[in-house]
Amino acid sequence: MNVTAARTGGPSPLEVELRDLHRRFGDTAAVRDLTLTIGPGEFFTFLGPSGCGKTTTLRMIAGLLLPDAGEILFDGRPVTTTPPWRRDIGMVFQNYALWPHMTVFENVGFGLVERRVPRDELRRRVDDALRLVGLEGLEHRLPSQLSGGQQQRVALARAIVVRPRLLLLDEPLSNLDARLRVQMRAELVTLQRHLGITTIYVTHDQEEALMLSTRIAVLHQGRLVQLGTPRDLYEHPADVFVADFLGGANFLPGTVRGRTGDALVVALDAGNGVATAELHASASRHTEFEAGDRVTVCVRPEALELVPDRGPAGPNLLRGRLRLVNYLGAVMSSEVELPEGRVLRVQVVRPPTDMPLVEGAPVALRVAPEAVLLLRPPASP
Amino acid sequence: MRIGIPGQAVAPAPPGVGWRAVIDPGHAVLGLLLLAILAVFVVWPIAAVLGAALVEPDGGVTLAHLARFFENPLYIESLANSLRAGAWVVAIGTVLALPLAFLVARYDFRGRTLVTTLSTLPLVLPPFVGAIALTQVFGRAGTLTLLVQDLFGIHVNLMDGLRGVIVAQALHFFPFIFLTVAAALMNVDRSLEEMGQTMGAHGWRLLRRVIFPLVLPAYAAGALLTFVKAVDDIGTPFILNVKNMLGPQAYLRITTVGRDDVDGYVICVVMVAISIACVGASNWIVARREYATLQTGARASGLPTRLVGWGAIGALSLCVLVLGASLLPHLAVIVMSFSRVWSLTYLPSAYTLGHYAEIFLRAPRFIVNTLTYSIAAALLGVVIAAATAYLLQRGRVPGKAVLDAVAMMPIALPGVVIGVGFLRVFYPMTLPGTETSLASTGAIFVLAYMVRRLPYALRASHAALHQVHGTLEDAAAVAGAPRTRAFRRVVLPLILGGVTAGGVLIFITSAVEFSTTITLVSRIEQSPLSYAIYIYSQSPLGRGAAAALGVVAIVIVAVGTYLANRLSGRSRMAFTL
Repeated sequence: MNVTAARTGGPSPLEVELRDLHRRFGDTAAVRDLTLTIGPGEFFTFLGPSGCGKTTTLRMIAGLLLPDAGEILFDGRPVTTTPPWRRDIGMVFQNYALWPHMTVFENVGFGLVERRVPRDELRRRVDDALRLVGLEGLEHRLPSQLSGGQQQRVALARAIVVRPRLLLLDEPLSNLDARLRVQMRAELVTLQRHLGITTIYVTHDQEEALMLSTRIAVLHQGRLVQLGTPRDLYEHPADVFVADFLGGANFLPGTVRGRTGDALVVALDAGNGVATAELHASASRHTEFEAGDRVTVCVRPEALELVPDRGPAGPNLLRGRLRLVNYLGAVMSSEVELPEGRVLRVQVVRPPTDMPLVEGAPVALRVAPEAVLLLRPPASP
Repeated sequence: MRIGIPGQAVAPAPPGVGWRAVIDPGHAVLGLLLLAILAVFVVWPIAAVLGAALVEPDGGVTLAHLARFFENPLYIESLANSLRAGAWVVAIGTVLALPLAFLVARYDFRGRTLVTTLSTLPLVLPPFVGAIALTQVFGRAGTLTLLVQDLFGIHVNLMDGLRGVIVAQALHFFPFIFLTVAAALMNVDRSLEEMGQTMGAHGWRLLRRVIFPLVLPAYAAGALLTFVKAVDDIGTPFILNVKNMLGPQAYLRITTVGRDDVDGYVICVVMVAISIACVGASNWIVARREYATLQTGARASGLPTRLVGWGAIGALSLCVLVLGASLLPHLAVIVMSFSRVWSLTYLPSAYTLGHYAEIFLRAPRFIVNTLTYSIAAALLGVVIAAATAYLLQRGRVPGKAVLDAVAMMPIALPGVVIGVGFLRVFYPMTLPGTETSLASTGAIFVLAYMVRRLPYALRASHAALHQVHGTLEDAAAVAGAPRTRAFRRVVLPLILGGVTAGGVLIFITSAVEFSTTITLVSRIEQSPLSYAIYIYSQSPLGRGAAAALGVVAIVIVAVGTYLANRLSGRSRMAFTL
């Protein structure tokens, strides 16, 4: 995409506020009790597995779906019942929704025709938009004559050509192949920063969400689970669901034993109350826990370090047996089976050279106290 | 404000079901309007027929009239004849269709595409048009009869009485079986067959144990539809002068004994029962088949085996023989329309253009009437079908199932029953300020044709609209187009082809409609060409003109079929099944 093309001075970006949004489909609550504010110019992402309510939320913001209860405000003005055609938004649909009987030019110019934009200006603005997404020269093609990536760009051009104050993207990259997805992701973020439009993005792909967003709202079963910057979410997941959904992690049950200095001591157990190992976590980060609390210990695969199974036992050192070794070039991912049968996923960038990395070999895992996250155990295990 | 819509209720945010799942006032008004139209022109006539046959004057339901039907020897004979004819048509049709279907589905040979194309022709050509010339081909002094007599010294008159009806209908309707079975055979996953082969089945055993069971539902559905078509067709018996069958009896009772004669309505009820039973059974079988052949994974459909040399010649000869026999009557109609003298010879001994002069110059009103009624029915039908399809797919109103059921009802109603129902309801009404009955205006034909063919148009509109994903409308709304604008700029251009194809279907089938027509014609001046063909064909001198009108019908149907196929962009006619 050619973002050096003249920035078409659009109106100021929009602030979107959702208040107590509810929406049911039959007996299923698709969205419940959703309240949040999306700041002007943000790249805001709704992230969650399918059926979590993210697309429903987006469609309510677009006006394509009416909430059962709650309010949507644009810059403080309620727009809950405003029809989509008066909301001044741009939207990219998951299936692109290009009109098959119109050329690329007609598709992109559609919204400008509805806005009674004079012919000359319409042509100029469509040309600008197509240049911005790198599609100049394809004006007269029909959507069926374009590749998936090109169709995606047309959908994007069609959304931004009307200079919307809000851009809605519903899993726009999910229909592209892996390589193109990575490329479009980079172009999308550049384009959004360039245009400065408030953008709301819906995806189930955590990698996309982490890379693109200023802030992410994680939805699960219609509820907002956590809201924060990508770094917040990754480093301080609110619960097991978020930790698992963003990046994946190893979860181990344990009990808080007490405090030694800045360390919170947690005894791991095999679920039968018999302690198997001890981990130290940062006490200042986990002020909410006291001795005797049941916790779920969360350790990211990349926070575990593979070391030779030698030397004395100690805190933050888990012994086990190498079970699976996958060498992926840049990283090596492996699984280590602990004596009580639990399996931990381990990812190392530089595989140690001073030990045999064969399946079945005894190894030890080391984890820094800062990398040990304590979470409340899920309500019903 | 939330009102659950059946079928939409549990769906988790289906993309593009419209922007609000509440009742839309505009949709509600449109839905009520459509329901009102369908109530007057579909439900009322049928209710009137049922009421006349099953309800006592005091309002009580009675089966006494129906019981009398089974005591009348003429009716019993008519019922038996209709069922017997239907069964024979299916049997002969099966013998003609199955080998052909197997050849076309499994083997590739020169002329294969031509065979599939030609085999759809008898479906759209009106059966009674072929019947005009059948006697000339298979009758006492028919071309083929003479040929057989001269070659082998045997005289066989195939066209004698009921036998003639059976021959005419079998030749005409067998493509229903052919097309359904061929389609099913082509869909049989080759890997299923190969699986059978690895299990040790081959040849006849493979055919019997693997392929027949897979194709059987399609065959059953096609055979049932053929049966219904044969029982409903009253044009062929009329042209061939066979009156002791159900359809002709219903017509004769109503038109000769009177509109208040209960027996006519009772016969109609019997016909409706047969028709509904067969259509219902066919739908049930098709629905089950779809479930049974639900396949996952990669399909190996396999290429048809190429036939060369004697194999190809044999295959093609068989096809030519069967299709030739079914198209021969229509070819004979063309020859007949130019013939002045054609008696006891293979071909006419003298030719003339006089029959065309008759129908175009001396009595052009039949063609004019046909075009007027059919075009009007098509236009009306398209609007109603498109609006109904839109409501059914995108509408946010309750009661869609009712609308769907009522609009599709005519598909299971014999034409003569629709005609009788229209007479019963509209004959007593007069045009405001005149003595003219509503049933003797041209408009009655338009309405009856529209009702009769509405299911076809509805299906075409349904298919067209189905291809327009809901998000295309959503995208237009987001881009700033209010709903009516979005419909005009996005939905309408996309469905226009399919909807128009539906209209063309109404047009061509109405142009050659016979059963309803003959029931409704009250004055010869307002008769369309199908009835005129019947009238002409009843006198020896008029048969040439009947044939010429038949040729006009064939041309209308051929051009219409071509247009419909072009417009809907599909290789097979939308209404073959």
